[in-house]
Amino acid sequence: MAEHVKYIDKTRAYYRSAGYTQDYGWANNETCALTPLSKPLSQCRIGLVSTASLVRLDASGQALDTSRLMGSSKLEVYSLASNWPNARLRSTSEDHDRFQTDMSDVGAYFPKDEFQSLASDGVIGSFADECWRILPNYSKRKVCNVDAPEVLRRVRAAHVDAVVLTPV
Amino acid sequence: MSLVARVLEEQGVPTVVLSNARDITAQALTPRALFTNYPLGNPVGRPQDLADQRAGLIAALGLLESATEAGTIVDSGRVWSASRDWMRLIFSQEQPFLSDAAEAQRLGETGQR
Repeated sequence: MAEHVKYIDKTRAYYRSAGYTQDYGWANNETCALTPLSKPLSQCRIGLVSTASLVRLDASGQALDTSRLMGSSKLEVYSLASNWPNARLRSTSEDHDRFQTDMSDVGAYFPKDEFQSLASDGVIGSFADECWRILPNYSKRKVCNVDAPEVLRRVRAAHVDAVVLTPV
Repeated sequence: MSLVARVLEEQGVPTVVLSNARDITAQALTPRALFTNYPLGNPVGRPQDLADQRAGLIAALGLLESATEAGTIVDSGRVWSASRDWMRLIFSQEQPFLSDAAEAQRLGETGQR
């Protein structure tokens, strides 16, 4: 196994030292389903789902969306046209290592343009016309019971064969 | 994201997660994941490096075809920098994860402490 940061241990220690009294209970599961791909990648329509925090900008650079860091108990699934220009997206993320990266290159975490290139090159069959975002949320129940079913509904409506997810 | 992937897989949609946090991805039991040991915020690849980003996507897409076992995590093997200091410093007092402003905003949104 490659060397890696122990985020669960580090975040527990970090937030305890900051005065939080209750540890965050990271998801912990023992079983999961696996659905095989039904056709070759080169024939698959791929969709992108992310927790990237992005707002759209108008032509003058003004934000068209309200920025939020954390999800609430409401339904929070956002669609973004895949052909929306990256130059008119701004990251509002606070969930990245801000000492190492500034999120100015959307391709590093929300690769919709590269997926379109992969479709043009025949690596995948096609890329969905829209991408989907949800907000980071402390409530696992809300993610599973409210946001995820809506993501499922939208990817099915877009006739997607497989989904790539990019957590931020 | 692992939770969303799990729901999609249960309902018959194949998924792959690109992760920078191996322990969180593993503990959640993610159906398929490509782990890249880069700082949080770079699940696909290095900023301003299209070849690296493409490599990440190609490897993740390959997992959609090759993984036969639920909970498969493949390490992409890419290295962020010669120095591993970033791994030690994240979530340290030297490098607080959230800025003061972000901490205040998050508290306001969640009401947690």
